[in-house]
Amino acid sequence: MGDFTFSSDFWSWWVIVLTVGNILGCWWLIVWTMKKRAGEAASGDVTHHTWDETLQEYNNPLPRWWLWLFYITLVFAVIYLVLYPGLGKFRGVLGWTGEVRYEKEMEQAEARYGPIFANYAKQEIPALAADDEAVRTGRRLFLNYCATCHGSDARGFPGFPNLTDDAWLYGGDPASIKTSILNGRGGQGLMIAWEGQLGEQGVNEVTEYVLQINGREVDTALARKGRQHYQQMCVSCHGAEGKGNQALGAPDLTDDAWLYGGSPGTIRESIAKGRNGRMPAHKDFLGEDKVHLLAAYVYSLSN
Amino acid sequence: MDTSTTYNYKVVRQFAIMTVVWGIVGMLVGVVIAAQLVWPQLNFDIPWLTYSRLRPLHTNAVIFAFGGSALFATSYYVVQRTCQARLFSNGLAAFTFWGWQVVIVAAAITLPLGITASKEYAELEWPIDLLITLVWVAYAVVFFGTIVKRRVKHIYVANWFYGAFILTIAVLHVVNSAALPVTATKSYSVYPGAIDAMVQWWYGHNAVGFFLTAGFLGMMYYFVPKQANRPVYSYRLSVVHFWALISTYMWAGPHHLHYTALPDWAQSLGMVFSLILLAPSWGGMINGIMTLSGAWHKLRTDPILKFLIVSLSFYGMSTFEGPMMSIKTVNALSHYTDWTIGHVHSGALGWVAMVSIGSLYFLIPRLFGREQMHSIKLIDVHFWVATIGVVLYIVAMWIAGIMQGLMWRAVNADGTLTYSFVESLEAMYPYYFVRLLGGLVFLSGMLIMAYNVIRTIQGNKPVEAAIPQTA
Repeated sequence: MGDFTFSSDFWSWWVIVLTVGNILGCWWLIVWTMKKRAGEAASGDVTHHTWDETLQEYNNPLPRWWLWLFYITLVFAVIYLVLYPGLGKFRGVLGWTGEVRYEKEMEQAEARYGPIFANYAKQEIPALAADDEAVRTGRRLFLNYCATCHGSDARGFPGFPNLTDDAWLYGGDPASIKTSILNGRGGQGLMIAWEGQLGEQGVNEVTEYVLQINGREVDTALARKGRQHYQQMCVSCHGAEGKGNQALGAPDLTDDAWLYGGSPGTIRESIAKGRNGRMPAHKDFLGEDKVHLLAAYVYSLSN
Repeated sequence: MDTSTTYNYKVVRQFAIMTVVWGIVGMLVGVVIAAQLVWPQLNFDIPWLTYSRLRPLHTNAVIFAFGGSALFATSYYVVQRTCQARLFSNGLAAFTFWGWQVVIVAAAITLPLGITASKEYAELEWPIDLLITLVWVAYAVVFFGTIVKRRVKHIYVANWFYGAFILTIAVLHVVNSAALPVTATKSYSVYPGAIDAMVQWWYGHNAVGFFLTAGFLGMMYYFVPKQANRPVYSYRLSVVHFWALISTYMWAGPHHLHYTALPDWAQSLGMVFSLILLAPSWGGMINGIMTLSGAWHKLRTDPILKFLIVSLSFYGMSTFEGPMMSIKTVNALSHYTDWTIGHVHSGALGWVAMVSIGSLYFLIPRLFGREQMHSIKLIDVHFWVATIGVVLYIVAMWIAGIMQGLMWRAVNADGTLTYSFVESLEAMYPYYFVRLLGGLVFLSGMLIMAYNVIRTIQGNKPVEAAIPQTA
């Protein structure tokens, strides 16, 4: 990139001298080798040396076409290094830098495609979710920026939420979805690792209680003990009934949507080790207009 | 046996045989990972068999085990024959053989275990790096010691290339592998960020330039004129292309880092010197192929010459392709695609493997006191099998690579990308399958070679060739 500066003139000259020296060296090498020397074998004859009984060398001249190829690349090198950055601090007469070129390309793309997304951004998300053209464009954005984690079909993977169902960690209304994509989620709302405080037995008890409120058959004596722990430690985020809290991103424990898996073993692991899923922010990367359209696509999946 | 009057063929024999063995092992791992790219379930959910761990095993096995053994074998043979002197030290030569085998076995154990310095072609962790350094210093002592005690005045051109390869690899290995050890199996590079990347690719590209090019050009300069029984085409061309090649190769590394955080000036120099490299690279091809002028008819009947000359054609092709791919505009399309994989394999299979195979077919009968290989017919079969394998491989990767490059940059009217990454991956299936097929065909050629080698050495005594006493 273009903002690189040399720490001193010495290193700039170091690069210049070695570069120019190597290019001139190649040229000198050709000239020096082509010189005729006294007593050497005639062109087309073998030289006077023999190795390993039979190995000899012809004293043939350098092939003309090959020499031209060599000269052309040397001349090209000189021209290129005059025009473009290469010789230390010298930036080249065109003033070209990778950074400027990148910015120019981004500007051009913005000028061309920006209005399309600005136009979408003026419309309400539910309206866009009903517009086929908008959904198609949103889907293409989704496949390139979101599918790596949430899957091409948006059904997610363990640890990455399914976006097609009705279970929402942070809310499924248009504004909440957009906020999730814009600013990202996670970090403050993490699930703490409880095994230190609860011990193995305690973790087993809470697991049993969670399974109970999830409507499964459990050891009721164990679940009763788990309930006591739950009301001390879990209730503030997951709520008295285990319905979760979308303001904190605390999942509903009573439904069938399990972000990390709903088997007793996985639930036990979640309680013991904690979870810390994060959704990265896309505001700076994609810009608000594209996020708006993405939110519409995600909204369309469950509405 | 009086060792002062004979050549040391023992270490040459050992390395020659291991070249065939490691060639089969390395290419087999290559075939396995090629199959995993078609059928990902072939890793059987076993960590040691995942693509990410087997891929460095494949590259290390073919470059350093197969290619390295071929270079050791031929350089030890060539330096003795062209210097009319026995190797400088029998003990050190034996140490390089056993030391190198230990390095290879250590790589074969640690890489599948996931122990890696995570530098491409320099994955091995620091204890193994130290052993490599020891072996390499011993190699340099044996090689240059033999040059010093030579009985002929001039140093033959093959030895210039072998010598440049040995010296440069020592420097590259030590500089790039400099690391702070944390435990016996983990170390961290001493270089930060973009500097680390630059050092890595200065190493990486010169591993191609000196290990896979200069070293094998040394091989070419002995075995082509020997097998053709013709003088080398042009001494002058040897001089120019040798010095130009070794000086300009040093600069070419940054072309691996186009359009990255590397400063613009370094990217420009990488590209410019890669282009200058075209003529010096082709100097070797011209000198090899033109050595046959006046003896072209031998190509019809001599499958060893076919191997050597076709290897030079692949060498010429990939050293043309390389400079073209280093041009930033072309690189914008080719970088990160399978075109690069195809380019590497036209060099690795077409040039490195084929010139080694040809040289071994020349070498092995002489090491075991036979006129020629057990079956010339099978050499010819191997030649055709190998050629078909390479062509299948590189054509598949060209199409795959250019398709990927085009799919990744395709944009819709609304500015969104036309294809997601997975779609471009899905489009690769047929080409990955053809690549697997090409690899399998090439590997089967190596098995034909192994059979031919076993039949050649069976019942024959190792030879101790006498050193001619007149200069």
